[in-house]
Amino acid sequence: MSDRRIDPVTGTETTGHSWDGIEELNNPLPRWWLWAFYGTILWGVIYVILFPAWPMVTGATKGVLGWSTRANVAAEIAAVEESQAALRASLTEVDLRLIPENEELHSFAINAGAAVFRTNCSQCHGSGAAGALGYPNLLDDAWLWGGTVEDIAYTVRHGIRNEADPDARYSEMPAFGEILTDEEIATLVAHVQSLPSGQDPLSGPGGELFDLNCTACHGMDAAGMRELGAPNLTDAIWLYGNSDEQLTEVIRYGPFGVMPPWGERLSEAEVAAVSVYVHGLGGGETQVGENDVPEGAGAIDAAPSDPDEVPFPDEAGDTGGEDAAAVIETDEAATQ
Amino acid sequence: MSDESTSLYAAREPIFPRRVSGWYRNLKWWIMLLTLGIYYITPWIRWDRGPSLPDQAVLVDLANRRFYFFWIEIWPHEFYFVAGLLVMAGVGLFLFTAALGRVWCGYTCPQTVWVDLFLLVERKIQGDRNARKRLHDARWTPRKVWLKSSTWAIWLLIAVATGGAWVFYFADAPTLLVDLVTLNAPAVAYITIGILTATTFIFGGFMREQVCIYMCPWPRIQGAMMDDGTLTVAYRDWRGEPRGKGLKRREAAADLRTVGPQIGGRAPAIPMPGVPDTNTGVTGPGDCIDCNACVNVCPMGIDIRDGQQMACITCALCIDACDEVMAKVNLPRGLIDYVALSDAPREAAGGDPIPAWRHAVRPRNLLYLGLWSLVGLGLLFALFIRPEIEMTVAPIRNPTFVTLSDGSVRNAYDVRLLNKQAEPRQFLLSQSMAPGLDLDIEGETGNTVTVPTDTQRLVRVYLTAPAGSDAAASERTDVRLWVEDMASGERAHTDTTFNGRDLQ
Repeated sequence: MSDRRIDPVTGTETTGHSWDGIEELNNPLPRWWLWAFYGTILWGVIYVILFPAWPMVTGATKGVLGWSTRANVAAEIAAVEESQAALRASLTEVDLRLIPENEELHSFAINAGAAVFRTNCSQCHGSGAAGALGYPNLLDDAWLWGGTVEDIAYTVRHGIRNEADPDARYSEMPAFGEILTDEEIATLVAHVQSLPSGQDPLSGPGGELFDLNCTACHGMDAAGMRELGAPNLTDAIWLYGNSDEQLTEVIRYGPFGVMPPWGERLSEAEVAAVSVYVHGLGGGETQVGENDVPEGAGAIDAAPSDPDEVPFPDEAGDTGGEDAAAVIETDEAATQ
Repeated sequence: MSDESTSLYAAREPIFPRRVSGWYRNLKWWIMLLTLGIYYITPWIRWDRGPSLPDQAVLVDLANRRFYFFWIEIWPHEFYFVAGLLVMAGVGLFLFTAALGRVWCGYTCPQTVWVDLFLLVERKIQGDRNARKRLHDARWTPRKVWLKSSTWAIWLLIAVATGGAWVFYFADAPTLLVDLVTLNAPAVAYITIGILTATTFIFGGFMREQVCIYMCPWPRIQGAMMDDGTLTVAYRDWRGEPRGKGLKRREAAADLRTVGPQIGGRAPAIPMPGVPDTNTGVTGPGDCIDCNACVNVCPMGIDIRDGQQMACITCALCIDACDEVMAKVNLPRGLIDYVALSDAPREAAGGDPIPAWRHAVRPRNLLYLGLWSLVGLGLLFALFIRPEIEMTVAPIRNPTFVTLSDGSVRNAYDVRLLNKQAEPRQFLLSQSMAPGLDLDIEGETGNTVTVPTDTQRLVRVYLTAPAGSDAAASERTDVRLWVEDMASGERAHTDTTFNGRDLQ
């Protein structure tokens, strides 16, 4: 079998191996290739010693270097958190209304707020914040409890009609099914349906019923009352729908929409961030409300005109946060 | 059972190419000068782009995701330019391989160029082929140590410079050079230089032809891309064989000259080698005097007279070597030459050689050239119609519209504005095609947006249709969003749709 000879076609020596007449030419591999092969084996041994390699019952061998992807990720997360610490701190210290003045802080708040929203708010208000029947749409310009960034922050922090937080926004629409007859409810439904098209709330077939039962909360002009979270009945937005059946059910049983107090679960910085985010979704009110904002807001309006005095840390690690706190204290002093 | 003397592994046979001079050698010197010049000098060319942008003519700015090439700046979303250049490089290799065989390998491949440079160093220090060969075989004496180590030291310097030049393409070259010298440069710069220094030193100094034969896939690919119309370095065996040398050969030639007929005006009048002369019946010697000049100059250590082979990088040095010898023995040049395989039967039968340009101009090459030009022109066209203003519009689909308290209907769009210029620009946004729609920008009081220098900005744009308007009541309305540079008046637009209330 071992019969080396010169292959006539190629002029190359054969290895002498022959299988059913098929012979193998002897074209030797370069020797460095063999060294490279030994090198990879050596590297494999070194690698196994240095890095996690052998699977054991409860995990892999650790390796001399102690390298771990999870530790790396944890370290990266910690590094990011540390780099954001100053921003996070100033979110809690700065007046929320001033955040848009600082591009870096605003961008941080919007992005952090979006993440908070997706995790905590989207279950009821929808991932696009468009709400659902019974869950307010946060994109429009109608607000039950107020649409300034501070109103929003209060709502997020304390929630609505929950029993967990004594500061929760609270109101209760009576179940008029126990007070009014079915005919009266039907009359009121038709009356309420006609309000957005300009019907005077106090006249017409349902005017008297409305005056007696509804104006206490929804107002003589039916434009609602934010202190009580009573919706404006003259606009085009209906939280529970405006069909006959939907309105009949609302009047007969009274709605009781609950929102948890997120201040218990979210940090103050997260509350601030998600409030800024929601405020920037298209419906946020910049106007100062009647009685929920300190008159010291004048000082805030003046602040942006002089950028040097805008109380934000220009860079991470700056001590600007203390200045911001000082400004807020001044505001509070002005209110008192 | 197996024969013990059969080795499965072979050590590298050292190769000592002899110095050669000639037309192709000169061409290769110039190409070496050009390619190395481009490689080493390019990062140091300055190009003023204004105060806020880098002033390096060619810069791959990985951190900021920009590629600068003189007056061209490429953003990541324009990566198709790079893809287009790669396509051109691919088709260009098809073209050159179909026309001229492994001309890339022989002239411009970095491996070839750097090996050539290393050989030059080796020759200057250790002498030409025979001296180097003797030195290699000699025992280790102080002189040998000195010669070898000084050669290696210069190779190492070249290798460091090679790796060093590479990193300058990725950062501001003068700054990085200072940082490198003062040991303040990022670790990745030193690691990159280290790796490229090692590969240059080892591949150029010690691996050499092993890289081409065993590591590079290109020789195998090229086998499939050449055909018998491809010009490649080949030995005219029909002219050279039977090879022979010395007195015997001269005598035979002299005899034949007296009786042989003239063929096609080619001198000298020797019958076609290997073919018995019709008059005399004598078989003449070939033109090859078997001097081995072609073997001695070959950097791959092969004998071109064995025919075309994978190890041949067509560096054409054997052509110069053979021409030199042919001139000395008073025979026409071109025993080894750029020849197409299809020429063999024709020339062997006594026909005239076909001029090289007729081999180059043939349908296959023209097709490749056409494809290559098409891609190139397409890229140039794309480059020149690149808009100065770029805007992308992504309508918000969750939800498709929002009803506001006064019954109007609002749509939101994420609008991305790109400012590729060296100063901040103020853009005015507006819409057309749907009269009555109001445009607002989140967080802005007017309809203008300022985009900082060389960056992009994402803004949320609202279009609001008043209650009862057509747009509010119909399911879809076509809208055209306009962006206008407030300073230059330049405009661009993007078409999108406005979703109204679905009235069923």
